[in-house]
Amino acid sequence: MSKQSSVAFVRREMLPPAPPPPGQAGVLRWMRENLFSSVTNTALTILSLYFIWSVLASIMPWTLNGIWVAGSLTECREIRDARGLETAACWAVINERWLQLLFGFYPTDDKLLSSLFYAEPLATAGGLEAVFGAASNATDRIEFVGMMKGDLSNFTIFLFGYWRPLLAVALLVVAVAPILYSSLPRSLLFFSMLYPFVGVFLFWGGSIWGPMTVAIGLAAAFFIGRFFAKRFGLLGGGIAAVAAFIFIFLNPLPFIDHGGLFPLFPHVKDVLHSIIPFGLSAIPSDQFGGFMLAIIIGTSGIVLSLPIGILLALGRQSTMPFIRWVCVTFIEVIRGVPLIVWLFVASTLLKYFLPPGSSFDALLRVIILVTLFASAYIAEVVRGGLAALPTGQYEAADSLGLDYWKSMQLIVLPQALKISIPGIVNTFIGLFKDTTLVVFVGLRDPLGLTNAIRATGEWNGIYWELYIFVALLFFTFCFFMSRYSMYLERKLQTDRR
Amino acid sequence: MADTTEMPQDKFRLSQLLYDARYRSMTIQVVAAMLLMLSLAWLVDNTIQNLAALGKDFSFSFLGTTAGYDINQQLIPFTSQDTHARAALVGILNTLLVAFLGCVLATVIGVLAGVLRLSKNFVVSGIMTVYVEAMRNTPLLIWILIVFAVMTEATPQPRDFREGGGAEMILWDSVAISNRGVFIPKPLWGEGSGLVVAVFLLSVGAIFALRHFARKRQEQTGAQLPVFRLSLALFFLPALLTYFVMGGPITLELPELGGFNFDGGIQIRNSLIALWLALSLYTSAFIAEIVRSGILSVSRGQTEASFALGMQPNRTMQLVILPQALRVIIPPLISQFLNLTKNSSLALAVGYMDVRSTLGGITINQTGREIEGILLLGSFYLIVSLIISSFMNLYNSSVKLKER
Repeated sequence: MSKQSSVAFVRREMLPPAPPPPGQAGVLRWMRENLFSSVTNTALTILSLYFIWSVLASIMPWTLNGIWVAGSLTECREIRDARGLETAACWAVINERWLQLLFGFYPTDDKLLSSLFYAEPLATAGGLEAVFGAASNATDRIEFVGMMKGDLSNFTIFLFGYWRPLLAVALLVVAVAPILYSSLPRSLLFFSMLYPFVGVFLFWGGSIWGPMTVAIGLAAAFFIGRFFAKRFGLLGGGIAAVAAFIFIFLNPLPFIDHGGLFPLFPHVKDVLHSIIPFGLSAIPSDQFGGFMLAIIIGTSGIVLSLPIGILLALGRQSTMPFIRWVCVTFIEVIRGVPLIVWLFVASTLLKYFLPPGSSFDALLRVIILVTLFASAYIAEVVRGGLAALPTGQYEAADSLGLDYWKSMQLIVLPQALKISIPGIVNTFIGLFKDTTLVVFVGLRDPLGLTNAIRATGEWNGIYWELYIFVALLFFTFCFFMSRYSMYLERKLQTDRR
Repeated sequence: MADTTEMPQDKFRLSQLLYDARYRSMTIQVVAAMLLMLSLAWLVDNTIQNLAALGKDFSFSFLGTTAGYDINQQLIPFTSQDTHARAALVGILNTLLVAFLGCVLATVIGVLAGVLRLSKNFVVSGIMTVYVEAMRNTPLLIWILIVFAVMTEATPQPRDFREGGGAEMILWDSVAISNRGVFIPKPLWGEGSGLVVAVFLLSVGAIFALRHFARKRQEQTGAQLPVFRLSLALFFLPALLTYFVMGGPITLELPELGGFNFDGGIQIRNSLIALWLALSLYTSAFIAEIVRSGILSVSRGQTEASFALGMQPNRTMQLVILPQALRVIIPPLISQFLNLTKNSSLALAVGYMDVRSTLGGITINQTGREIEGILLLGSFYLIVSLIISSFMNLYNSSVKLKER
């Protein structure tokens, strides 16, 4: 008799797992462990839920009942009362003025708009030349444009009237993308290098040969420098490049009467322009405004401050006492004084420091000061990264026989910058937010424009809708930046444990 | 076989200045110093020329002249007949006032938000995440303007506080929040109130002495005192007793509606409230992140070790986690205080008369002394931040891990 047959019962298949007792699985258990684990926790949960409910209850009716189409705040209130609502947001102000909040008083391309979408009235008025030509009547033109803008939808004006800033921002995205995402083709980086000139041309207009000559001049200085560097070493190349730069852009012979020959580049620009006259209508900086201004100041500040900040950080770590002393003084002085005071310096003091009679674009002054300000903060962040690097890395680079710049470039900075990414991005976010402060030196940033809108008769007394719109604009950009820095941190994390 | 190599000739060649590491750094520094001197000289020369062209000179004598403007918020007496220097001082005190108030409130909210963000409770941490992200990703200026708009647009007018006006004072009719500002009771110091204050200060001193004594006693004998209850009693009882024995010398003057505005009490202007609240809320979001990362930086093993020693969760927090987390928290916290102080210059947006608005605003506009005014203004902020950062360095060196 085998052993098997002596056993009365043998289970041949697995039992299905029994469901957990009620309250020990799923949502219920999660809630009990997280929300109601103790008396304090339960009280906290109930309190928070009440808080959320009361906030939503006070905001949601106002938001959702919002009135989107109205001509003025009074009209909004009439519509609200006619509908029998207690509260209602007047989103109509955004609906009507969002273009202004985005672009300030940047002029629209009225010729393009009228010939594309307003052809019939344009023909009635006598055609493009009669309305916009040199001999046209300014009052008639303003009346015509006013009528046209009243008839066209804001979205049409946005797409076609503001095609220049729009295209510039779109190209900015293209130029920045290969820097942000390394999976994109590297050949796009060439466009990134070219973008500053394209962007300046689109935003400011004027002859295309202005930015082109600058680009060609810079490239010429670079290639001359490289040519000499191959023959006479790095130092000779550097001196040659600087000399070429001075020869092209500045005045190498300030004390000799050369009949206005120098600086060279305006002449080159004029000659090129007379050969191929191509350009867009020039738009002075004082017409820039709105969120566009924040983007221009923010991006140029970010792009320019990073290299300066890295150099300052290296200078602060330098073994040369004089260099170190200069960098420390610069960083501490810049960081010790609020940006608003620096902007004040830009707007009132800079004119004292420059040669008599020289005038300076207001926007450019602000960009320079914002850049210097941000670079001091970047320098401190990068210094933290440099200090966090083990000394062994520096010593290893030295023992490989690398010179200072090579060891920085190949060994130290890649690691130090990786450590400092969160700090750098935080500085950038801060810089972007701080662009709102330019309102104090008379530039029309979005917050300044909310005042301008409120000063009009139709929208007198409107606050929340405008502030919420501007806050959301900034939130979107800054939130994207912070998420990007998290992505970058994860991607560059090499020490996975 | 002679194996000696000849010593290199010690003759100095000019090319060594560039190619010899011993001299190169000297060359670079000398060239840099010369360039710096040249550009400074250029700037100074330009300034002198520009000033001469405008017929101005460089002097600080304007500080002694009559200011001729009023300041609506003053901690020390000031009239329009006082000097510009005194106006600057009033502004400096106003800046320090809002900075101090802001630092206190920001720390309280920030620590609370940071700790709650770590909570396992999904709802609570969710609210705090939304709060922190909303504050950190929008400009401070918007928050200042929003709070100011709340204070001036969404609060009742003083006349609404009349019978049937729809508005009521809060806290037993002692505080009125109106669009003219917040009115709070004003303490009136009567006969013998000095004694009450002195007793109160003494008992605060006694609390510190008690804590010191209790710690010593515990270290020596192991026995614990009920420090918290004793401190609480010491804090209230002696001062209250003196207050009643002296017959209630300190009374409160309540704000009362008279005419179109409130009389009596202390008026806190909306500009101060808006600036204070907005600065605190904004900075508290950054402090919350600092606190959170500080607590997270203490490794889990420390908590477990402390539990293994049989400590209660709150004593674990108090004796094990916090001392280690504070080492990480304090330096960035102080730099946030510094930021808050500098950001208080945004007072301009709501018309709060801080040093930027008095010295750097009206004084400069009236005297035309841009260079001198901005120089003084910048030096003030620079000195404040240097003082605070030197304190921070002291603290850092005192809590630094002693590595042996």
